[in-house]
Formats: sequence, structure tokens, C-alpha cells
Amino acid sequence: MATTADAARAAITGRARGGERSTRSLVFLLLLWLSLLIAFGVLVTLIVTIAQDGAGRLDSGLLTGYSASVPEEAGARAAILGSAWVIGTTAVLTIPLGVAAAIHLEEFADKKHWFNRLLELNIQNLAAVPAIIYGMLALGFLALLGVQNKNVVIGGALALSLLILPVVIIATREALRAVPDEIRQGSLALGATKWQTVWRQTLPSAVPGIATGTILALSRALGEAAPLLLLGGLVYVTFDPNGLLSGFTTLPIQIFNWTGRPQAGFHELAAAASVVLLVLLLAMNALAIFIRNRYQHRW
Amino acid sequence: MTSETSTGQDTTHTGNGRAQTGVHIDPSAVKTGRPDRSLSDVPDPVIECKGVDIFYGSFRAVSDVTMLFGRNEITALIGPSGCGKSTLLRSLNRMNDLIEGARVAGVIAYHGQDMYADDVDPIEVRRKIGMVFQKPNPFPKSIYDNVAYGPRVTGMKVDSMDDLVEEVLTRAALWDEVKDKLGQSAYGLSGGQQQRLCIARTIATRPEVILMDEPCSALDPIATAKIEDLMHELRDDYTIVVVTHNMQQAARVADRTAFFTARPDEQTGDRTGMLVEFDRTTVLFTKPADKRTEDYISGRFG
Repeated sequence: MATTADAARAAITGRARGGERSTRSLVFLLLLWLSLLIAFGVLVTLIVTIAQDGAGRLDSGLLTGYSASVPEEAGARAAILGSAWVIGTTAVLTIPLGVAAAIHLEEFADKKHWFNRLLELNIQNLAAVPAIIYGMLALGFLALLGVQNKNVVIGGALALSLLILPVVIIATREALRAVPDEIRQGSLALGATKWQTVWRQTLPSAVPGIATGTILALSRALGEAAPLLLLGGLVYVTFDPNGLLSGFTTLPIQIFNWTGRPQAGFHELAAAASVVLLVLLLAMNALAIFIRNRYQHRW
Repeated sequence: MTSETSTGQDTTHTGNGRAQTGVHIDPSAVKTGRPDRSLSDVPDPVIECKGVDIFYGSFRAVSDVTMLFGRNEITALIGPSGCGKSTLLRSLNRMNDLIEGARVAGVIAYHGQDMYADDVDPIEVRRKIGMVFQKPNPFPKSIYDNVAYGPRVTGMKVDSMDDLVEEVLTRAALWDEVKDKLGQSAYGLSGGQQQRLCIARTIATRPEVILMDEPCSALDPIATAKIEDLMHELRDDYTIVVVTHNMQQAARVADRTAFFTARPDEQTGDRTGMLVEFDRTTVLFTKPADKRTEDYISGRFG
């Protein structure tokens, strides 16, 4: 009897192979930490460098000045407003469409039908298509409509909407799927219709998840330059965009433009504008996290 | 008494083109487990099942159930796991329609109207025949809105929603505990309170029948006792069908009890649920006619 107890004690106190404190486990843990450190290090370096480079131009002139031929007079006002216009329009175009598509696929469509499975597969594929392809698509679409000047807010918003629509659909579907079936059943058992159940129970319960996913998708669109460049967004804008058909430039394009100039002053400006862009992105992501933590349901 | 107008009429087993009304069952044809007894004493049956088979795809989950659910009675469905009692219950208000591939053959009639006829709207069926689930499932809303939800979505004419909410919460023996926090989330209530809220929510739409699917299995004994008391009180106004795997509970609350078991299908080998015996609870528990019932209630199997 005593020997069994001794063996049992030894088994749990010794440094068994594969145990939590074995050398292999520690090495593995160390590697994980190293990976994290590398990723984090790169990010910190980037931010610190940009902040240092742009520090001299992080002033009110950056926010109020328009494009100019001399770096001292130039600012990103038109680009900031352009970004706001394009992202705002993108949100208006994408959210109703994406949420409606997701509700159909998740709540109404027969998920086993081959057509819906094909749709689902394609939506996932579309989420992985390079951004520039969507720029080409929007370009082709506008050309088909006979639009001469393609660098208009609605054109840019169209390209970015196509880009993030799959992401919004996928995020919304996941949020809807996370709502427990008991809620739907409880509603249907009271004599609610399927539509009432979606509109009054499932969708409101899924709003935090939908908002989070949508904001993250929009912040991806905010940082995107490629599809807009294709539409001719690399222009010299010295006015505030004021409508859907207004010409525009956006922050990423403005940064791209300034980085390509030979003068060092413009490089400084590009770094400063990058800081502004980063702050905007960070603010949007923070809002997404806030919404998630504040409104998420614990079932 | 509607049970007088019995017919032995044949019904199609396809579910297509069915619109006949006045489907009634000859009570003497209902299998009680003892040849000398019929169920002609089931008072004014609200729901009648005749030769009911329930399928999931090609799998037959329940086979040939014929029984009656009498007005203002509590009928308990008992039996081991997998005997099809929950499946049968969910078919009584067409909640089983929500499961893909689910199909009912035979007749389930509500006041003589075939519930699965083509011109029957399942939404309307569920407004008449409410359901309380195994796990309390309040909506992520306030206590007040949980109760008011049913009347609102069904477009019920309500003079004063406040009065209705108070009335049904009182009826569900919950008013005193929640009257000061009607605006708070229903998720803050205990499990037993949540289940009573779900019962209140169900009776708010003025159904005639309440189906309960193991309503106490997630609750402690004290909360269970409260639900059972509540069931006794509700019996005056409602017809109640309760699935339970707790035999003591069936013995305590039910006027009549149906015992189900599962047997392997001769052709497919699937385990198919079947009704063994249906009788007054006192009879079923004291003098069961079938050996399988006796074995089950004496704890020898299941």
C-alpha cells in the first residue's frame, strides 16, 4: 500500500517528460515569446520612427492646409476630408447590403442547397481577393456607365464597398450564428413569425458582433490605397470634397504621393500624415473593442 | 362532447392535400394497455393523436401513437431517453417543423382540426398551443419586455399592457419577486425565476394548451416544487402536457400519464419510440397493465 502511495506522489511531483516544467515545454514557451517579441518590436519600431520623422510637422497646418508645391505650405486637409467622405459613403453602401445578405444566408436560406453552399464558398473566396482587383472592377463598371472622371467619391466608395462586403457578410453571419437557438425557438413558440423573430430577437442580439466586424472592415478600407489609385485618386486636390460626385484624395494616397516626392520636407509630411492615419485607425479599432465589451451578451 | 362523433376514417400518410376537418378518434380504440379499459373518460379532448408516426428524414423516431389530451388536465409523457416523448411533444404545436427533415404521418388534431392540414398556419397553432422549454430561455430583454413580447408580436388587443404584465406575472407566482425590477434584464433572475418568467411569457398570449418539455430538469428541488405548484394552479385554465424523466414528478402533478419506450425497428434497426401504456396516473403507477411499465416505474430499467 505504501509503495503505491509513494509511486503516486513521485508521479505528480517529478519532472515528468512532457510535463509543464520540462525543458521541451520551456523551450517552446520561449519560442512563443520570441515570436511575439519580434512582431511587437517591428510595430513599435515603425510607430516610433514615424512619430520621430513626422514630429516636426504634427501641427495644425497639417490638418488645415491643402496640397501645395512646397512642403512648408502643404497639408492633408483635403485627404482627411476625402477619407471621411469615402469611408462614410462606403459604410452607407455596405452595411445594409452586407447585413441583409447575411440574414438571408444565415436565417432563411436552405444551407444544404448546392446554390447556397456555392454562394458561401464564393463569399469566402471574395474576402481573399486582392484589393486592386476590386479597383479594376469599379473602374470597368464606371466606364460601362460612361463616367468620364472616375475619381469621384461614389466611385471610390463603390470599390471599397466591394472590397469589404464579403468581410461584413462573414462577420454578420458569425454574429447571428452566436445567438443561441433557444432565443429563436422561444420567440417562434410564442407565435412570432420568422421575420419578427429575426427583426426583434436575433438581429438586436447580434448587433454588437455586427458593429465590431463592420468597424474593423471599415478600418481596413480606410487604410486601403490600391483600388483608389486605379480610379485616379492620385490627384492634386486643393478643395474640400463636398458631395458624392466630388473629386477626392484620401490619406493613404496622399501619403503615397508625398513619399514619392524628392524633397525631404514632403517625406516629413508623409510621416506626419501616417501618424494621423494610425491614430484614426486606432480610434476605430478602439471603438470596435469598446462596443464588443460594452454590449456583448453572456448567454 | 366531441368524442361522440368518432370515425375510423382513413387518412393519408403523405401530408399532402389534407384539409379535412372534424377528425375525431374513437376513444375505445385508444390503447391503454388493458383490453378492458377504454379512455372514453378523457374529458373533452383538446388534442387527439391518431396513428402518429414522426420521421426525421427516413428515420422513424415515433411509431403509431394514438392518445388523447383532455381539457384542463395535466398529461405527463414519461419514458427512458430516446423514446420519442419530446419529439411527440414538439409535434403537438408544430415546433418540430423547425427541424429539417421532420415529418408527421397520421393525424394530430386540435379540436378536431388536423393540425398538419395544408390550410393550417403553424404560427397560429403556436399561438394557441404554447411551449415551455427544458432550459429556461428568457429573451435578452427586460422582465417586462419578456412578458409583453408575445402579445406585441401576435398583435393581441390589450387594453393595458401594464395590467396584463402584472396579471400574468401574478399568475406565474413571480410578481412579488420582480415587481420592483420589471425594467431589469431577465438574465439577472435565478434559474427557477427565469422558468416561471417563461411560463408567464407563454400564458401572456392566452393559449389554450401549454406544452412543457422537462421544465424542471435544470432546476433545484425548491424551484421544481414551485413550478409543480404553479402547474397545479394553471390546470384550472389550461390544458397541460408535460414531458418529464422524473417519475415522482409525473406521479405528483399529472392526471394522466403515458409511458413510452423505444424498441428497435424490425426492418431498419433504428430505435423507434412507441406508446406502451396510457392511463390515469394513479392506475398507471399502482396497477400497471404492461410488464415494461412496471419494470420502468419500479426502477428495473431506464
